[in-house]
Amino acid sequence: MDEIRLIEVKEDIQADNEKIAEELRRRLSDQKIFLVNLMSSPGAGKTSVILKTIEQLRGELAFGVLEADIDSTVDAEKVAAAGVRAVQLRTGGFCHLDATMVTKGLEGLDLEGLDVVIIENVGNLVCPAEFDTGAIRNAMILSVPEGDDKPLKYPLMFTVCDVLLVNKIDYLGLSDFDMDVLRERVARLNPGMRIFEMSAKTGQGVKEWADWLSREARSFVHG
Amino acid sequence: MHELQVTERILDVVLKHAAGHDVSSIVVIHLRIGELSDLEDEWLQRYFDYLSRGTLAENARLAIERAPIVMRCEGCGSSFEIKREGLKEALCPGCGESRFRLVSGREYFVKNIEVV
Repeated sequence: MDEIRLIEVKEDIQADNEKIAEELRRRLSDQKIFLVNLMSSPGAGKTSVILKTIEQLRGELAFGVLEADIDSTVDAEKVAAAGVRAVQLRTGGFCHLDATMVTKGLEGLDLEGLDVVIIENVGNLVCPAEFDTGAIRNAMILSVPEGDDKPLKYPLMFTVCDVLLVNKIDYLGLSDFDMDVLRERVARLNPGMRIFEMSAKTGQGVKEWADWLSREARSFVHG
Repeated sequence: MHELQVTERILDVVLKHAAGHDVSSIVVIHLRIGELSDLEDEWLQRYFDYLSRGTLAENARLAIERAPIVMRCEGCGSSFEIKREGLKEALCPGCGESRFRLVSGREYFVKNIEVV
């Protein structure tokens, strides 16, 4: 019987992806493209929020969109119909995007003249949180009908995002969603997280979020 | 879920480290996975068994140790461990503050491998 030997490995399996993500961030910084990774559950309103945001900042910033919904082109078609440059990434059933997929996707998008590219990540609060996409900022949407308990169920997502959009606040009167409780739960995980209450449907609060995004993008591009 | 990608990476990493060490088989893979990961040990092993067929790591056992969630208090700056279930009610043991920042708890780390 051969003797068992121990080989030291000491390797983080995310290290490769993080290296590719860092490389992408460096390139984007040279190209002056502000890349935002937008994550949420299915149906929280990613596509509507993107369209409203672009509409709000029309004439101010030029947007492109990287769509990653699983094997469908519904969202890309909606975005393209609004006159925005969009690329559909067929993730082939993958539950998330990583930096390699985003790098590839960006090759399919004409970046000339763009200021901001929004990644519409796969709808899911678990997997996308684990993978660095190379984005400059991570944003997430939580919609009111999903409930104020989501930071307890998906803590990782709430710790990796810089900004939280609480969407569908027009439903607040119909639900027991408690905004103060949500804010307290978020603060326990990520006190620096910016929170914007909004409704992509009524347009309420869209401006505040869009202004923040615009400031962040400008300071990145000109900074 | 992303078990497939995670187990693929684990397999790549261990095969890379086994190469050049005159290994005939990898028996145990010691992993340290953050408490915040949603991946279950049993499923990681099943995916791994499937992917590792025909490689040096076929039949290897994944020995998974969970790395605790560590938070740093925004109030007093001290770091402390916290259970996932405890996130809801937690207060800083030092000063009673309830605003924290994540220090660790999301890693996927291959520590070492036992080989013959």
